[in-house]
Amino acid sequence: MDEARVRMTRQSLPDAAGLMIEREPYYQPLRGEVALFEAAWRNQMPVLLKGPTGCGKTRFIEYMAWRLARPLVTVSCHDDLTAADLVGRYLITARETAWSDGPMARAVRLGAILYLDEIVEARKDTTVVIHPLADDRRTLFVDKRGEVLKAPPEFMLAISYNPGYQSVLKELKQSTRQRFVAIDFDFPPAETEAGIVARESGIDAAASGRLVKLAHMTRNLKGNGLDEGASTRLLVHAAKLIVQGVEPRAACDAAIALALTDEPEMLAAVHELVSAVF
Amino acid sequence: MNSSARFSDNAPLDAAEIEERFEELVGAVLSSRRTATALSQELARQPRAVQEFTLHWVAITARSSPELAYQFATVAPGAIGALGVAGAEKWLLEAMDVFDREGLYRAAASLKDLAGFIRQARAQAGAVAFPEVARVLEHFLAGLSGRPMKLEADDVPWTDTDTVYLPRRITRYGRREENFRAYKVTAALLWAQARHGTFSLDAKRYPGTAPGLALLAALESIRLAARFERELPGLHRDLELLRQPAIESHFEPVVKALRSESAGVADSLLALQRLPADARAPDWVFLGRLEPQRALGVRAERIARDRQALQSAVARLRAEMRAADGGATAPAEAARLRVAVREMPGDAQQLDISLELDGRTMAPTPEVSALIESILQDLGELPEEYLVAAGDGAYRTENAGEPAELVPGIEAPAEGLLYDEWDFRRRHYRKDWCVLAERDVQPGDSRFVPAALIRYRAEVWHLRRSFEALRGEDRRLRGEPWGDEVDLDAAVRALTEMRSGAELAERLFVRRERKLRDMAVMFVVDMSGSTKGWINDCEREALVLLAEALEVLGDRYAIYGFSGITRKRCEVYRVKRFDERYGGEVQQRIAGIQPLDYTRMGVALRHLTGILAAQEARTRLMITLSDGKPDDFSDGYRGEYGIEDTRQALLEAKRAGIHSFCITIDREARDYLPRMYGAAHYTVIEDVARLPLKVAEVYRRLTS
Ligand SMILES: Nc1ncnc2c1ncn2[C@@H]1O[C@H](COP(=O)(O)OP(=O)(O)O)[C@@H](O)[C@H]1O
Ligand SMILES: [Mg+2]
Repeated sequence: MDEARVRMTRQSLPDAAGLMIEREPYYQPLRGEVALFEAAWRNQMPVLLKGPTGCGKTRFIEYMAWRLARPLVTVSCHDDLTAADLVGRYLITARETAWSDGPMARAVRLGAILYLDEIVEARKDTTVVIHPLADDRRTLFVDKRGEVLKAPPEFMLAISYNPGYQSVLKELKQSTRQRFVAIDFDFPPAETEAGIVARESGIDAAASGRLVKLAHMTRNLKGNGLDEGASTRLLVHAAKLIVQGVEPRAACDAAIALALTDEPEMLAAVHELVSAVF
Repeated sequence: MNSSARFSDNAPLDAAEIEERFEELVGAVLSSRRTATALSQELARQPRAVQEFTLHWVAITARSSPELAYQFATVAPGAIGALGVAGAEKWLLEAMDVFDREGLYRAAASLKDLAGFIRQARAQAGAVAFPEVARVLEHFLAGLSGRPMKLEADDVPWTDTDTVYLPRRITRYGRREENFRAYKVTAALLWAQARHGTFSLDAKRYPGTAPGLALLAALESIRLAARFERELPGLHRDLELLRQPAIESHFEPVVKALRSESAGVADSLLALQRLPADARAPDWVFLGRLEPQRALGVRAERIARDRQALQSAVARLRAEMRAADGGATAPAEAARLRVAVREMPGDAQQLDISLELDGRTMAPTPEVSALIESILQDLGELPEEYLVAAGDGAYRTENAGEPAELVPGIEAPAEGLLYDEWDFRRRHYRKDWCVLAERDVQPGDSRFVPAALIRYRAEVWHLRRSFEALRGEDRRLRGEPWGDEVDLDAAVRALTEMRSGAELAERLFVRRERKLRDMAVMFVVDMSGSTKGWINDCEREALVLLAEALEVLGDRYAIYGFSGITRKRCEVYRVKRFDERYGGEVQQRIAGIQPLDYTRMGVALRHLTGILAAQEARTRLMITLSDGKPDDFSDGYRGEYGIEDTRQALLEAKRAGIHSFCITIDREARDYLPRMYGAAHYTVIEDVARLPLKVAEVYRRLTS
């Protein structure tokens, strides 16, 4: 077992209630990503998880947080998210105004792993607060309180980014990207992915193999009418429905085809692929 | 707005309102003796939905023929009564197709023969026609394996391994689902012929007679059906439902060998020899014709093309690796790429490709994966020699001479703009080397745009819908002087400040607002002579579709073309300026885009970069449509020089804060594209007919 894990006792982190991952999450390592992440953490370097949606990035972070015994603070970014949402704000109590830490300030104080999911969805002004945390300074400026938070060595910033979107509006700026150690994620090899789907849903090996085959077919259509192929997540969803007794083709239509597209002809084509495989 | 106010109110329009609309739409064919009064009174008695439907289609039809639109209006209420709205739409679309093919007289006759249409519709209730299934099946085949195939209609089904030809209609069964199933299984079997080696033997080994080939087709269908049974059980069930009559007894002895996992086309040929002399091919609906000679030709060409592309991709990977190492890697005699192809048990369709180059593992680029997959499909293996790097990692060059001096007879215009050009050999700019003039495109045929809108009516509808979705996002603006909710953050801040004696701040609200797409887009169209014919038509149609979509979005856009001859006469053609509205004039200029001279791309990009950079916008996007390499007449722009200059111009655009995207129609020599478009994203379109939709699709993806 890991020395870091052993050294860290939960009692030492009273504020981290609910942020500690208590049980080992199931994560199937693919390449050297676990070692790479650990090395980055020990060297206080921020990481960028790059890969399509639903390929295991979130699960990986959860696993790493457990492995390193750090609290995990996750923020799903969207375009309403302001710097104040991240850093913190004043709230009104009965008589006076009180400061409340945002997830970022909280993560820095706790020495947590801070995971900003889908970073490009956040508003541009949030990069201003991210940059000083992501370089050698490792500091968070809490402007409203005139406070400067220095991140402890256990703190780590991790962000995720899906390069599959070709949108010019959703490119990750070079100035941001270059501060991070990048870890590449992609869908696992077929057999591994079938194993993950089986393990996550309890479906039998033959059916999980078919689901993965179907996923490959939809991934063939990426750029030829689909923006994305079916992710591991969608396969797990379909498998869970099948295990619950939903007829396989209906499960795939509901969990996969309709999740991928609204276009009637593409929908019909994916439906035919589903019927061909099952 | 007036029309939307009316739209929300569901009361029928009255005759006067309708007549006013008719006069707007088909006024050109009305006169004092032929008014729209009776027509309008008739329509005024209909429910609002029927009225809207009629006026909608009158407007669309009037774009190509006001007369046909008028004729339609006279019979529309009756037709809607008899056919319903969907049926009436079909009936009108059929008349419009007749109009496109055979003119007004026939089209009007077809509209009037409502009874005939109804009779025919009943007889063919279950029939399925090629255009109805083409898109679905194309996606279906592309999904089955990574290498997409084109779909076209022909009298009988067959494939040359690039294109799958399917019958124009299938009417064999009474129900639509059954006829569709026949289409699907036929297409899948033709795909499987290309995928599983029906055309992998020497030409001499195939039967020379039609009956022989027909029998071989039947035997191959048995072999491929057995593959389906193992790999695509659902598809196999569909196929067996269609196998009528059952397999005859004289096939039985040979069938077993064809069902084995290792069976190939050679086994089908062996089986063919063992069939009795009087054996006849069964009448299975999914059987097509085998064309081994044509298929083998297409296959050989593709293999050669893939091989060359893969070899230069390997060379490029190596060159990049060496550059990243700072030249530390020893340049080996022949760089090798090791490929691990793992197959799932019992299944040939899932490949895991990984690359090893000089002992290092790396992720394959999508380009390399696609090439390897294509080669594996054709050859079943990846021959060693295909992985030998060809060349030093550079793209192939040709004719790369020194830029020659001026060609006599070509004079620079009196007032041209001067632009530098990049000379890659000297690694510096040639000062004021090119003379460029801006001109207007001469207006072309005013019928071009309406005709394109009709031809692509379904696509236009689809595009408009998907672009509307892009537009429709709301955003919450905080700290506004007025709005729908209180901005708590701002309010608390104001409260704190007030306590410390400041004045009450004013910006305390959250307001919802349509998100402003602050975007300026420049479309750059290749007008060089090489686009002559189809490419030019498709470029123009692509612009028509785009304009429709962009009007929905409200993005600011401009369209320019370029061509020229020698560095002294470079030309940029205005089709639509940023400050110009999209209307009849612009439409005629789109129609007027024609192939002219050469492709001196760099200077055009520099000039247009200047125009785009001057636009105030948060995002600036330049999208280029071209048919391949930059090229100019005899002064050395051809080859490496032009490629490097274009690359440099794109780098300059990037530095000016412009995102570039290049769409290229060129299936021959892709090897220079990654180099040339280094600073830009790009895509290659093999099928020109795809261009109009692809451009809109690319635009949607880029900006959503
Ligand atoms: N390597 C893996 N190990 C275990 N589960 C995985 C793995 N990859 C994907 N999954 C499954 O896929 C689902 C989606 O993964 P997730 O981490 O949410 O994707 P992402 O964050 O990349 O969008 C997970 O909930 C899990 O079921
Ligand atoms: Mg996630």
